[in-house]
Amino acid sequence: MIPAGLKYTETHEWAKEMGKNMIRVGITDHAQAELGDIVYVNLPEIGKEISKGDEIVEVESVKAVEQILSPVSGKVIAVNEALEDDPALLNSDCYEEGWIFEIEMSDPSELEALLDEKKYKEIAE
Amino acid sequence: MPYTPHTEKDIRQMLDYLGYDSVDRLFKDIPAKARFKKERLLQPGISELEVMRLMKELSAKNKTVDDYICFMGGGAYDRFIPAAVDHILSRPEFYTAYTPYQPEVSQGTLQHIYEFQTMIARIYGMEVANASMYDGASALAEAAIMALHTTKRKKLLISSTVNPYWIRVVESYLYGFDAEIVMIDEKGGETDYEDLAGKLDDRTAAVLLQYPNALGIVEELQKVRDRITDAKTLFIVMADPVASVFIKKPGDCGADIVVGEGQQLGIPLSFGGPYLGLFTFREKFIRQAPGRIIGMTKDRNGKRGFVMTYQTREQHIRREKATSNICTNQGLMTVAAAVYLSLMGKAGLREVAEQSHKKAYYLYRQLTALPGIEASYPDKPFVNEFSVTVKGDAGALKAYLKKKHFLAGILLEHQYPGKKNELLIAVTEKRTRDEMDAFVRECASFLKEGGEK
Amino acid sequence: MERLIFEYSEPGRRAIGLPLCDEQMERDPRLNRHVDDRLTPLPEVSEQDVMRHYVSLSTLNYHVDKGMYPLGSCTMKYNPKVNETVARLEGFSHVHPYSADEDIQGLLALMFDLEKELKVITGMDKFTFQPSAGAQGELAGIKIFRKYFDLKGEKRTKIIVPDSAHGTNPATSAMAGFDVITIPSNRQGGVDLSALEEAMTEEVAGLMLTNPNTLGLFDKNILKIAAIVHEKGGLLYYDGANLNACMGLSRPGDMGFDIVHLNLHKTFSTPHGGGGPGSGPIGVKEHLKAFLPVPVVEKKGRRYYLDYDLEKSIGKLHGFFGNIGVVVKAYVYVKKLGTLGLREASRMACLNANYLQKKLRKKYHLEYDRLCKHEFVLSGAKFKKYGVRTLDIAKRMLDYGVHAPTVYFPLIVDEALMIEPTETESKQTLDRFVDIMTAIAEEARKNPDLLHEAPLTTPVSRLDEAAAVKEPDLVYKGDL
Repeated sequence: MIPAGLKYTETHEWAKEMGKNMIRVGITDHAQAELGDIVYVNLPEIGKEISKGDEIVEVESVKAVEQILSPVSGKVIAVNEALEDDPALLNSDCYEEGWIFEIEMSDPSELEALLDEKKYKEIAE
Repeated sequence: MPYTPHTEKDIRQMLDYLGYDSVDRLFKDIPAKARFKKERLLQPGISELEVMRLMKELSAKNKTVDDYICFMGGGAYDRFIPAAVDHILSRPEFYTAYTPYQPEVSQGTLQHIYEFQTMIARIYGMEVANASMYDGASALAEAAIMALHTTKRKKLLISSTVNPYWIRVVESYLYGFDAEIVMIDEKGGETDYEDLAGKLDDRTAAVLLQYPNALGIVEELQKVRDRITDAKTLFIVMADPVASVFIKKPGDCGADIVVGEGQQLGIPLSFGGPYLGLFTFREKFIRQAPGRIIGMTKDRNGKRGFVMTYQTREQHIRREKATSNICTNQGLMTVAAAVYLSLMGKAGLREVAEQSHKKAYYLYRQLTALPGIEASYPDKPFVNEFSVTVKGDAGALKAYLKKKHFLAGILLEHQYPGKKNELLIAVTEKRTRDEMDAFVRECASFLKEGGEK
Repeated sequence: MERLIFEYSEPGRRAIGLPLCDEQMERDPRLNRHVDDRLTPLPEVSEQDVMRHYVSLSTLNYHVDKGMYPLGSCTMKYNPKVNETVARLEGFSHVHPYSADEDIQGLLALMFDLEKELKVITGMDKFTFQPSAGAQGELAGIKIFRKYFDLKGEKRTKIIVPDSAHGTNPATSAMAGFDVITIPSNRQGGVDLSALEEAMTEEVAGLMLTNPNTLGLFDKNILKIAAIVHEKGGLLYYDGANLNACMGLSRPGDMGFDIVHLNLHKTFSTPHGGGGPGSGPIGVKEHLKAFLPVPVVEKKGRRYYLDYDLEKSIGKLHGFFGNIGVVVKAYVYVKKLGTLGLREASRMACLNANYLQKKLRKKYHLEYDRLCKHEFVLSGAKFKKYGVRTLDIAKRMLDYGVHAPTVYFPLIVDEALMIEPTETESKQTLDRFVDIMTAIAEEARKNPDLLHEAPLTTPVSRLDEAAAVKEPDLVYKGDL
């Protein structure tokens, strides 16, 4: 499942524009399926400055740990606290309820450079 | 001597199948220069009968705590071990199994460790225990590293009253880390609480204390807890597990991580190992904790079962990002401890601790009544280990007592150069009044002769 | 399912009594304010309860004395019983660690002599028995790396490990403050020489390697590898996990390694104890002797003694001298087999592995198809198309009464099954193992659901590991 209208990375994150220079980030259906039952998400601190490609979130399943890379540079402005109580949201609803964090972008052109759903589909399949 | 089961026929058939004419062919991929050619260095073995003979000879060349009456402690204690402990330890189902990688055929090991974790957590008054570390010293070192990871700070305060060997282990573990160890002074046998207060700051990752300390004295844990005002700084206590069922539990005094040496729980002295590292902590720190952790869960049919859990902390998954490289526990030693604790039970373990204390206090009073021996720290409470200062040569007294078949204790001067003629004496439930009276008589007779024997 | 020991508990029940304490002996009044009057909630059970409980638990375990345990990289060989009998002799088990040298001449002689035998087998110059396990041996070795360069005044911040390495190698490097460079394996499963040459700069302290490697393959380029590392001033660390392949045949010291650790609980037949205690002594070449943890065993005239006087020592890794009870068992093994017998053990271990490899390579898939040493790695990837994963195969093996191999390791083989039969399994046992693996391959094709449901005959079926993390239950919470 790869929704249209989102931007994607080669490392299986998605990014959704939420407002001016603001995006929401999560992992794709492909990523959650590879990980299996997700049991823990280590969320970043709000206000943290990050660069594109930084390891920003750690997602754990029973037998694996995956680093979520930031698709763009900027500042973390929100995190999905619901994941602290129910990390399985990443499995059940990775594009909506299971979003992970929001960033205020410092360089909006980075968003444009990400993959569209067509290109991502080629990678994920 | 025979160890491999292969008959000549087996070997021939296997080689035929492989299409080789000799076993040597299996090693043709080893380059000539890396092959071992000094055949003459290799020696044949001996029979089991001869091995037993040899080993009995070697064994007889060591003096045991049965040859002497033992008042030595210093982190290793001569305690009573019920016969049933070794009967369980001798079961191959426990000792020839490996780490429970396949939980469906390892429930014996897994359930037993869950029970062990429970008992150890209860002894220390802590929320969670892991499946154990190598020994008490490495448990303390790993606790220090866990504090660095948890707080992301670099300064560790260690009391000078922690066993110096164990401090050395902490230092060695931390070598290469970006961390600073600052020692807290000792004052009158205990941690100098004012010196501690002065050294605490907002860079301090943890304070490390031993309870009772290496001089036998019961530290004032509450005083330490009260002085740690920075919410992030962790309070690490290395506690005696037997004493902890008698005096206040470190967990009840606000410790964040409590570790200990578990040798006293049914494990023979064995010249220092294998022993058992106990490791307990507050549950909120679990993701930074080292070592195996066992948890209860259910199988597909809803049946209770046990698994290794929180494995993503560990080296086989996290590799260079793991907080520790440990990949086993002291499995069989946890069996010894859990069986011992079950046998002694709620009342029995308390009795072990209390009897050891009463006997130690008896000996303390008798010894310090002698002219020529006085308490090193007269106003400080101890559980079952105390230091006395000999007016004269403590080393000569110890040597004299050894001739009389007593292991008199440990000369503290070897570890604390300032503590001249101090003898650290440990008493366990095994000691009898007759043994202690005889010990006191021999001390008196040595001192009467002016220490010239 | 066996009850918890806590569920046996009845208030007031006792298993063991102590001699009565003399009435005259009383509590030190100074201690009173520290005493906690509450009893610790431990079980209250009889000795029979304890025996029944632990014997019942024991029957739920698989173990070497029950059957084949082909865990790759773990060397689950038979543990001779004489080892156990000897280790219990009171002259070994009842000795206090603070004993004076004159009272432990037998133990020191044993350690000194075992060290001598290990030097012959490894080609190293000095050993310590202090590390309690292979991972702690690695820690000792890598701390020596660190101190060696610190004292030389060289700032080296990195360590190279191959992508086939055990997870402990990178984890240990990090525990000594090194960054880890992972280099790929070449098509023969060995170290990629050009990748090594490129990575091996003067910022690199050295390389951690096991040979044969985790694929069970002997790296033919070992001497070149050593030369590349040494030319840049680096050190070479030997992970002894796989020494069972080459005792008396090829020595790490001759391959060019500077430090080795051994696993006495693997190669030298001491039991694994459900996860420990092990023993991971390390040996070093002459130029690193002074760095070993203290004390080391030395001999002067006819007297043995503990030497604490090593000027460059990394300190101590164990409260005392290591897991000496385990060292005693290893010594018995070495004495019984002799170094010639050790060589025979390695030869038969490799014969067994090659025999099994050839029998199974077509039925499964062998990614690196060449002569192996003591173990080999199959892939279960070809069963993916039936919806069967390696985990399912492993679980089905339990139903057939054998332990599963190491699975999903090394990471460079997809759906890996890492098999190490060891030398103590007979041809007949291996043939039965082949029959089982053949039957399971057949089932995977024809009845994949059976494998998904496996194991069906074990005390419990597959366990919910996700629930164990999401709703952690790590200690019993009931009252006692």
